[in-house]
Amino acid sequence: MNFYKYLEDFGRYVLMLGRVFRRPENKKMYFEAFLIEIEHLGINSLGLVAIISLFVGAVVTIQTALNLENPLIPAYYIAIATRESIILEFSPTMVSLILAGKVGSNIASTLGTMRVSEQIDALEVMGVNSASYLILPKIVAAVFFNPILISMSMFLGILGGFVFGQLTGMIGPQDFIEGLLLEFNPFYVTYALIKTVVFAFIITSVSAFHGYYVKGGAVEVGNSSTKAVVSSSLIIILANYILTQLILS
Amino acid sequence: MIRVENLIKKFGDTEVIRGISADFFPGKVNLIIGKSGSGKTVFMKSLLGLYDIDGGEIYYSGEPLSEMDFKRRKTLRTEMGMVFQGSALFDSLTVEENVIFPLKMFSNMIEADMRDRVNFCLGRVNLEGANKKYPAELSGGMKKRVAIARAIAMNPKYLFCDEPNSGLDPQTSIVIDNLIREITLEFGITTVINTHDMNSVMEIGDNVILIKDGYKAWQGNKADILTTDNENVNEFVFTSQLLRRVKELHLQSSRRE
Repeated sequence: MNFYKYLEDFGRYVLMLGRVFRRPENKKMYFEAFLIEIEHLGINSLGLVAIISLFVGAVVTIQTALNLENPLIPAYYIAIATRESIILEFSPTMVSLILAGKVGSNIASTLGTMRVSEQIDALEVMGVNSASYLILPKIVAAVFFNPILISMSMFLGILGGFVFGQLTGMIGPQDFIEGLLLEFNPFYVTYALIKTVVFAFIITSVSAFHGYYVKGGAVEVGNSSTKAVVSSSLIIILANYILTQLILS
Repeated sequence: MIRVENLIKKFGDTEVIRGISADFFPGKVNLIIGKSGSGKTVFMKSLLGLYDIDGGEIYYSGEPLSEMDFKRRKTLRTEMGMVFQGSALFDSLTVEENVIFPLKMFSNMIEADMRDRVNFCLGRVNLEGANKKYPAELSGGMKKRVAIARAIAMNPKYLFCDEPNSGLDPQTSIVIDNLIREITLEFGITTVINTHDMNSVMEIGDNVILIKDGYKAWQGNKADILTTDNENVNEFVFTSQLLRRVKELHLQSSRRE
């Protein structure tokens, strides 16, 4: 029974995407909407991502240092571990999961409220392709801006490790920089950014799907918001595994 | 003109609209009345093309809706205006931005002309000076008037209103009714209104259709309502003692004449 429901939902999701990627009625209006979404979904997340990245970078460095307290292991290994953890997993995946909570619930509840208050019907009656006008700018904004957010997160995560490593006296600046540069594989950054773009698409499109098709009232809007976060998080985790297998194996 | 022939709409196995045929005329206020749950809103949303119908046909100026492709339907929709029950204003936009929205999206007007058109529409609904307010700052009646201004911004051929008086006091309701009637006559619009407000029916009902359980139970005008023997009309319209008394007096005075 549930399997058929998932299959039906998947079909509706694909049909929705078909409507989303139609030619815009008015490119200028869509561009204006895109700029608004850059602010809502991207710029408004800068502070949260910055603080989380800085402190997670610090924690990863401290925990690694505590676990590598062995005179036979060079101190720069702490920086290598911090760099790999931040670039490969924390910034692209964990930050995307955090954004799925923040941005995903926002998208689902906004669209859900527009649905139940008939604002989406109002757009349709005017002749506007509501799916495209409301969802496409969100997807494009996230796909465009999330790589910037994640790059910033990588930088701040490593910076957090560097600063707190020194403050706690667990690793000196020389060792940290040496570790950062040692056997650095630039492709890992590309891999992280590929994941980021895919995750940005998942967060916006899946959350929009849950909000756009809400039926009912305030309770259902709340439920759709929860479903949006849960399902986009699960799909991100699954996509993370698939992408890692495809790109790194 | 809108012609509906044998319209059928189902949800699953439940037939909500059961073969309704009706004509809606330009320059007239066409009312659809009926109890809550009788199928009025489904009927209107089917007319608008928001619901796919399961049988029958809808003709806009003689052109069948079912034969219109995606592009033609979009063009038709730019000729429609709709006032929703809850106004459905975009709450993140100001009054002016709400009214200018369809113009920006579909017209080739320059900015100054669009502003003039917005001011004209807001003036037409007596809302001059409310341009910069947000929907949350407006009363229910004002929201309805902004919704009407937005609906007429594109000079529509067809105006649809779903329960335009719901939640409004009787005085504001009459203001809204008269406004819709004036606009209908002034621009020769085909106006279709869903309502169960009997004041509206008696005030502006040029062409009235009663829907009961998904069927068309009666059709006439506001004057016919006072004289008809149709059981469904009498049961639906003359529910209060006051209205029954009004009908009795009307019939007595007609007999005397």
